[in-house]
Amino acid sequence: MLTILFADVAAAPEDPASKFIRLLTVFLLAMWVGFEVITKVPQRLHTPLTSGSNAISGITAVGAIVIAANVAAVAAGGYRFGNFLGLVAVVLAMVNVAGGFVVTHRMLEMFQPKKK
Amino acid sequence: MSSQAWTNLAYLAASMLFIVAFKLMSSPRTAVKGNYLGAAGMAIAIAAACFERPVLESLGERGAWPLVLVGVAAAIGLGIGTAMAIKYPMTKMPQMVALLNGFGGAASTFVAGAELWNTSSPLAPWSQVAIATALTGLIGSVTFWGSLVAFGKLEELPQFKKPWTNPNRHWINLGLAAATLLLIWGSAANPSSNLLFWLLVMTGSGLGITLTLPIGGADMPVVICLLNSYSGLAAAAAGFVIDNSVLVIAGSLVGASGLILTAIMCKAMNRSLVGVLFGGLGTTTVVSGDDVYDGKIKSVSAEEVAMVLEGASRVVIVPGYGLAVAQAQHAVRELADVLEKRGTTVEYAIHPVAGRMPGHMNVLLAEADVPYEKLREMDDINPTFPETDVVIVIGANDVVNPAARNDPKSPIAGMPILDVDKARTVVVVKRSLSPGFAGIPNPLFAADNTLMYFADGKKAVLDLIAAIGK
Repeated sequence: MLTILFADVAAAPEDPASKFIRLLTVFLLAMWVGFEVITKVPQRLHTPLTSGSNAISGITAVGAIVIAANVAAVAAGGYRFGNFLGLVAVVLAMVNVAGGFVVTHRMLEMFQPKKK
Repeated sequence: MSSQAWTNLAYLAASMLFIVAFKLMSSPRTAVKGNYLGAAGMAIAIAAACFERPVLESLGERGAWPLVLVGVAAAIGLGIGTAMAIKYPMTKMPQMVALLNGFGGAASTFVAGAELWNTSSPLAPWSQVAIATALTGLIGSVTFWGSLVAFGKLEELPQFKKPWTNPNRHWINLGLAAATLLLIWGSAANPSSNLLFWLLVMTGSGLGITLTLPIGGADMPVVICLLNSYSGLAAAAAGFVIDNSVLVIAGSLVGASGLILTAIMCKAMNRSLVGVLFGGLGTTTVVSGDDVYDGKIKSVSAEEVAMVLEGASRVVIVPGYGLAVAQAQHAVRELADVLEKRGTTVEYAIHPVAGRMPGHMNVLLAEADVPYEKLREMDDINPTFPETDVVIVIGANDVVNPAARNDPKSPIAGMPILDVDKARTVVVVKRSLSPGFAGIPNPLFAADNTLMYFADGKKAVLDLIAAIGK
C-alpha cells in the first residue's frame, strides 16, 4: 500500500530551486525550534549544553560515511582521493560525537543529587 | 517503500530525538536522559547512513571493503573521542570543547571537499551545491583553526601568552576577508574547481587564526560559543551540499544554540559581538592601580578571616576563573561544609561569564558535589548582598568591580556585576593586586568593608579551614 501511496511523489523530478527551498524550509524551521527550545536551558547547564550540542554537530559523520563508502559512483577509477578524505572526516566527526556525548554525560552525572 | 525511504525515515527519527534531547536539557534532572536520547539519535542516523543508496550500490558492485574501512575509521574516532572525554579534567572543559568544535568543523570541510573531488557530473555555476560547498569549506576551516587557537590560549601555551597586537592586523584581516570573498565568488562561478575550493579553505584557515588570536582570555566564553555555533552551521551547510535534511536540522539546532549562548555572554559583559571580535578592551586607557589602592588595602591572615567568619550567619562565595586555575573547588566545598556545620548559610553567586566558558563554574562546583540549589544566578542573588555578612571572592575580579556600576568612564561601565560591595564584609582571596582581564584597578579592594587575603586560592582556603578548626 505504501508503494502506491508514494508512487506519484517518487515519479516527480525535483527542480533545483524547489530542492533549495525544501532544504531552506527545513533549515529555518529547525533554527526556529532551536531558538525556542534552547532559550529555556538554565545558565547552570550551559556547559553541558555546549558540549552536548557539540556532539550533535558531529552529525556531519553521516555525510562523511556516505562519501567514504561510495565507490559505485566513481567511474573505472575505483577508490579515489575523495573517499580517503571522507574517511578522515569520519574519524574527525566520530571523535566529535564520542567525545561530546561522553563528556556531557560525565558532567551531567555530577549534577545529579548524591545519594548518601 | 524503498530502502532509501526507510533511511530517510530513520533520519527523521534522529532529528526528532535531537530536538527532544535539547528540550530535556532544560533541567538537570532530565538532562542525562536528554543526552542519551541525543546519542541514540546519532546512532540511528549513523546506522541509517550505511543504508544510503550509493553505499548499497557500492556494496553490490565492489564488495564490503569500503564500508569496512569506514567502520575502522569510525572505531578509531570513537576510541580517541571516548578516551579524551574520560581523561580530561573538569577544570579543562573549555579546552576540550574547543578541540571537539574544531574537529567537527574540519570534518564538515572534508565532507564538502571530498564530495567535490569525487563528483562526476559537472555542477552548474551559482547552483545551491556550488554555493553550499564554498560556504562549508569556509565555515569549517574558520571553525577548525579558530578552535585550535582558542585551545592554545586556554591551555596557556607559551606561544599564545600575549594577545596578538600587530598594528597591521586589521589590514591583514581585511586582505584575508577580501581574498575570501573573491574565492567564494570564484568557487560559486567555477563550481568544479578543486583548486579554488582548497584556496578558499586556506584563506578561511587564515581568518580563523587571525580573528581568534587577538581575543583575550576573559572573552573566551564568547569565542567558544561562536565556534560552537559555526561547527553546527558548517554541518548544516554540508547538508545543503549532499541534500541531507538530518545534517541541516542537527546543524541548525547547534547553530541556534551557539548563537543564543553567544548573545547571552555578550550581554553579560555588556559588549557587542563586533566589539569582542575586533575591539580589544580599552587597552589605551591604562589607569594606575596605585592611586586607587594607596594606603587603603587591608591585608589579613587566615586567622583574621576565621574570626570574621565566626559571627557570620550568611556567607556567599563568589568563584571566578582563578578557582579553576588553583583547582580549589574541592577545598571550597570543604570550607562550606565547615561553615554549615556551625549553622551558617552558605551560597554561591555565579556570574554568567565567570570562567572561560558558559556555565564553567557550575560544572566545577558540581564536580565538588556542591548541590546545584546552592548555586545562584546573578539577578537572583544580587538583592541578597545587603543582608549578607561575609562575601568570599575567590579568583574573580572584573565581575565584582563596582566601577562597572559607578564609573561611567570605566572600560567595563555598564557591565552587569555581582554587587558584593554591598555586603557587610568582603574577603577577597587573590595572589596579588594584579588587575583582571580588563586591565583596570578594582576599587572594591580598597573599600572600607573589604579585607584582602593574599594567597593562592587552594592554599588560602585550606589554611582558612585549619584556622577555623582551631
